[in-house]
Amino acid sequence: MTTAPQPTTAVSNPPVQPMDLNLLPSDVIRASATYDLPEPSRQLEKVAKLIDISKCIGCKACQSACVEWNDTHPEVGENVGSYENPHDLTAEMFTLMRFEEWVNPDTSDLEWLIRKDGCMHCEDPGCLKACPAPGAIVQYSNGIVDFVHENCIGCGYCVTGCPFDIPRISKVDHKSYKCTLCSDRVAVGQGPACAKACPTQAIVFGTKADMIEHAHTRIEDLNARGYDNAGIYDPAGVGGTHVIYVLPHAEKPSIYSGLPDDPRISPLVEGWKGVTKTAGMAVMGIAAAGALLAGFFTRGSRVDDHDEQEAERLVEDDLGGPDKGTGAG
Amino acid sequence: MNIDLSRRGFLRLAGAGVAATSLGAMGFGEAEAAEAAHVRAFKLATTTETRNTCPYCSVACGIIMYSKGDVKAGETAEIIHIEGDSDHPTNRGTLCPKGAALKDFVHAPTRLTKPRYRKPGGTSFEEISWDDALNMIARAIKDDRDANLLQVNEAGQTVNRWTTAGFLAASATTNETAWLTYKTVRSMGIVGFDNQARV
Amino acid sequence: MTNSWTDIKNTDLVIVMGGNAAEAHPCGFKWVTEAKAHRGAKLIVVDPRYTRTAAVSDYYAPIRPGSDIAFLMGVIRWCIENDKVQWEYVTNYTNASFLVKDEFGWSDGLFTGYDEEKRDYDKKSWDYKIGEDGFAEVDMTLQDPRCVWNLLKAHVDVYTPEFVENICGTPRDKFLAICEMIGECSAPDKVMTSMYALGWTQHSKGAQNIRGMAMLQLILGNIGMRGGGMNALRGHSNIQGLTDLGLMSNLIPGYLNIPTEKEPDWETYMSTRAFKPLRPNQTSYWQNYPKFMVSFMKAMWGDAATAENDWAYDYLPKLDVPTYDVLRMFDLMHHGRINLYFCQGFNPLLSFPDRAKLTRALSNLKLLVVMDPLETETAHFWENHGVYNDVDPAEIQTEVLELPTTCFAEDEGALVNSGRWLQWHWAGGTPPGEAKHDTWIMAGIQRRVRALYEAEGGVLPDPILNLTWDYADPFEPTPEELAKEMNGRALRTVPDPANEGAVLVEAGQQVKNFTQLQADGSTACGCWLYSGCWNEDGNNMARRDNTDPDETGAYLNWAWSWPVNRRILYNRASADMQGKPWAEDRPLIWWTGEKWEGYDVPDIGVTSKPGEVMPFIMNAEGTSRLFTRAMMRDGPFPTHMEPFESPLANVFNARMRGNPVSRMFEDDAQNLGSSDQFPFVATSYRLTEHFHYWTKHNPVNAALQPEFFVEISQELAAERGIVNGSRVRVWGKRGEVWAKALVTRRLQPMTCDGKTIHVVGIPLHWGFMGAAKKGWGPNSLTPYVGDANVETPEFKAFLVNIEPAAEEPVA
Repeated sequence: MTTAPQPTTAVSNPPVQPMDLNLLPSDVIRASATYDLPEPSRQLEKVAKLIDISKCIGCKACQSACVEWNDTHPEVGENVGSYENPHDLTAEMFTLMRFEEWVNPDTSDLEWLIRKDGCMHCEDPGCLKACPAPGAIVQYSNGIVDFVHENCIGCGYCVTGCPFDIPRISKVDHKSYKCTLCSDRVAVGQGPACAKACPTQAIVFGTKADMIEHAHTRIEDLNARGYDNAGIYDPAGVGGTHVIYVLPHAEKPSIYSGLPDDPRISPLVEGWKGVTKTAGMAVMGIAAAGALLAGFFTRGSRVDDHDEQEAERLVEDDLGGPDKGTGAG
Repeated sequence: MNIDLSRRGFLRLAGAGVAATSLGAMGFGEAEAAEAAHVRAFKLATTTETRNTCPYCSVACGIIMYSKGDVKAGETAEIIHIEGDSDHPTNRGTLCPKGAALKDFVHAPTRLTKPRYRKPGGTSFEEISWDDALNMIARAIKDDRDANLLQVNEAGQTVNRWTTAGFLAASATTNETAWLTYKTVRSMGIVGFDNQARV
Repeated sequence: MTNSWTDIKNTDLVIVMGGNAAEAHPCGFKWVTEAKAHRGAKLIVVDPRYTRTAAVSDYYAPIRPGSDIAFLMGVIRWCIENDKVQWEYVTNYTNASFLVKDEFGWSDGLFTGYDEEKRDYDKKSWDYKIGEDGFAEVDMTLQDPRCVWNLLKAHVDVYTPEFVENICGTPRDKFLAICEMIGECSAPDKVMTSMYALGWTQHSKGAQNIRGMAMLQLILGNIGMRGGGMNALRGHSNIQGLTDLGLMSNLIPGYLNIPTEKEPDWETYMSTRAFKPLRPNQTSYWQNYPKFMVSFMKAMWGDAATAENDWAYDYLPKLDVPTYDVLRMFDLMHHGRINLYFCQGFNPLLSFPDRAKLTRALSNLKLLVVMDPLETETAHFWENHGVYNDVDPAEIQTEVLELPTTCFAEDEGALVNSGRWLQWHWAGGTPPGEAKHDTWIMAGIQRRVRALYEAEGGVLPDPILNLTWDYADPFEPTPEELAKEMNGRALRTVPDPANEGAVLVEAGQQVKNFTQLQADGSTACGCWLYSGCWNEDGNNMARRDNTDPDETGAYLNWAWSWPVNRRILYNRASADMQGKPWAEDRPLIWWTGEKWEGYDVPDIGVTSKPGEVMPFIMNAEGTSRLFTRAMMRDGPFPTHMEPFESPLANVFNARMRGNPVSRMFEDDAQNLGSSDQFPFVATSYRLTEHFHYWTKHNPVNAALQPEFFVEISQELAAERGIVNGSRVRVWGKRGEVWAKALVTRRLQPMTCDGKTIHVVGIPLHWGFMGAAKKGWGPNSLTPYVGDANVETPEFKAFLVNIEPAAEEPVA
């Protein structure tokens, strides 16, 4: 069998002949609650999905393609006075068009800001750092952050850890779900289903270097149309991302349905990340604390405020506060 | 602690959080993590590809249907996935939210699978055989056409039109279906003939 | 479309008006984003709503539903006043220079010859002055006051920017900004493309809306050009094909006509179809009508169609009215005059206006036969679904047959896209259960009816008994057999008229294309327009070579396009009088000194000299028409008309309601609402998440847009006390619906003639069958009246009222 090529575009037809995958366990560079991964033998080309807000027509082809590729089954909800359906990301809907009617104060013109929301595939993934289940969240050397559901314990810490509020816990199997960047397609040299489908190619996929170059041509076009502040959203606070945006108004990301202006991993998670190692060791020897942890990890529900407070208390009580964590990535 | 214990069993055995954290810290996470870090199996491997056209709007995007089984080989084929054809000059592999979900149109829960008949005043459909249904239609056509076809108008001119029956043709059938429909309908003298283009 | 989807990338300016391409045709709209990204093209959107197309536009302006003609005539006026005219094109390639009869005129909103009783015009005066030589008189200097150009100038004079603002509600500054952008495209090497759809057709003057833009495009010299054209974005995958193939009351494949009672014999029928050129040297291609018609009759009835029996002319029905279109048919049904009705993949209960009338009409049938892949509302019209379909089955005596058909995935054959490409597709799935191909069903019906006539005799059996049916399996003709039949073949050896002794086509061979068809019965061809689709070269519709020399967007070896694989209609007009392309950076075809060549199949005889044979070869004039003579029922120029239900009286003539020549059935005339009861303007439209009434059956699309809603402005919401996301009742003269309210800034009140105009946007897509939540569409509310020329219903402008409602709908 031939080995699949590395993907450079989403504009191609998937293969049907069996081939060796080209996104392997040995390409994992980080795994949640795992500190002894072997050094990968190769560095995959970094990939990225570029979402150009200025070309997006909000058609939801990305949502549809995502559902079909990933075999999810979002429920038929209701209309609550919005074009956003479902109303939020769910364990069955990994990506969502968010719609914002915004009056530009400079021109008084209405602008309908439509943004595809979903996992940003952070270079420094808060979800992975927050996750206490070994190998439940992995990062490949091409930048993809993927959830390994077999290892997921449904604790919801990834949700807390995510600066973009992306992962969702399934009410059915109590596992956490989010965009995989179609890792199964990437493994055979294909781009993600959403990028393949996107009618106007507002979503494109390729190497991160190519995507940045493409973004610059888009920004030139936008500048020519009077969008002086058009720019790339590739936030440094999370080490850059493997899903990047071209924003016509890049100086204020938050107008795009609350895209964080300066996303960072919560200090709590940075601390908790350390805790997964050191607290884990400590807790092993302390039966009572172990029982407490087991209680809120295994019931598979989402982390709620109470849980967070519990965690915070635990961190502070047992270790003297989050700032004592290692914070190493 | 037994290193051979399966992950699933292990997690069930101890408190998950405890187990998880300790697993990572105790240095035997490596093998397990590597084993689990795999992507989903590629679902289109060994499927049959068939090229088709999206049946919705008039852009006529090229699509590829992926099936288990091959119709051309006389096999039963189930379509398991549909996506855009990147070779197609118009859509270049892209699809809209309708086209991207075509697989679930093909398998819609409300697709018809059997001919059904509703009698006058009836409150439900009953199943009927194809033969009975088509015979019923042929009889109705013959009887009504014989009774109502206007051969000659008041001025004595041959007009041969049948106005008490009408036919509404589709918007997504093929040209070939349309031509056969045209021949069948027009040769009967039907003038109440229209298609979706009217609206 | 005169052009193709892929050609849109060549444009400089896109105007989307009367459509919403990004939502209804997303993958075609890609070529707009390509033109923007790679050519710096601009996009203008004019629409009552700020749509998803508007979301990516460079300029948006609102317009009151049903006032498009005023806007377009205003733009034409502005272009003339500001010398934004492609003069060489207008002078030579349009009928601007043709002189019109002195009797023709316009006043009080009406053209000469109006008869109020008949609701019709006597169109005698709407014609050219014909000289003694039998040709139309012209003045190439455009000085004569009776030339089309000067009549047009006078006609549009009233449409000032102030008039436009007052009628359309479009702010004057926005209107003028758009005029400036459009005016730039009068430069010979600049092009605008018009992308429109049902937003223009679904009006009582829909055809005139489209003419308005076509005239503007001619004045700018944008027809026949790469990146230009009039691009009708058809709503379904093969309504282009079904219309090409004449599946309409008054059509024969290839836009030939079913005869009327006034044409009781072949000679009379042909006498009005001579189409002699109106100017010297012109082609007037319709002179070939007899070749196409005889070949069609031979395809239908083979040996039974002979010269002696006028090619079986009597087998064709003769019409007593212009058309038995769907509105007429359902009106007849409503009056109990239809017994049998067939719906093949069509859901009229939700697709036609005034659902209450439709339900009553269907209840009067003896037998309704529905062939469909899905459970349609039409097939279930008799079934009680509470408020969503409040009927008593016991009272409905109609017998119904619901027949399961295959869908695209299980089917082989060709569909015709909006750009006239015939593309072949193949079956990839096994039909579910007992679902059958439509061809199997139609053949089954034909064979059985034929057998009955054979066995029992009956009234006029010959057209049925003699119908050509030489298929290998008479009960399931194959797509290949049918496609070849449409292409046409020689029934006997056809000699080459240009080359004595030589053979044009051997007996039994497929004809190469329609140029080989004959009027003597030696050829058979189901649809002359498709001739060439499957000839001796094989199935040209299945071609898949996607190379595109010099990236013009033509893709000549991909599939097959009618006519004769031409991709841009009127492409001769892309070059000047000497045959040199107007736009040097986007040449299409050119004259080499001996012949035409280029990137497309020339739309002119390849050796027809420029300057002698004019570009519009299908027209008797040789030119395009700014003035349409008597070809349209409601006037040779578009004139502003209000919708039948409008908050305003017609500013030209307060007595005139709607289109003065639209057909109106008596019951329906009584069933029109007025703005004192129904103060708000409603308009209906598609959403991008759904396709018509089909995808509500798909759980994925149902999840993306689950529930029926209406859109209103914040101002109207405040006025009526409506909260976003709450339930509202919307009602009009003909019915009521309940929906969720979506309150949005994308709709803004407009001011017209001093009145505040609120628009209520009503998407279609919902019904009482399928996976989505049960709901209604707009057609419980829409008026039962159609366009004066083609009877397309007025779905885009009607009157309603709206109020907050209880959480659950109650009848």
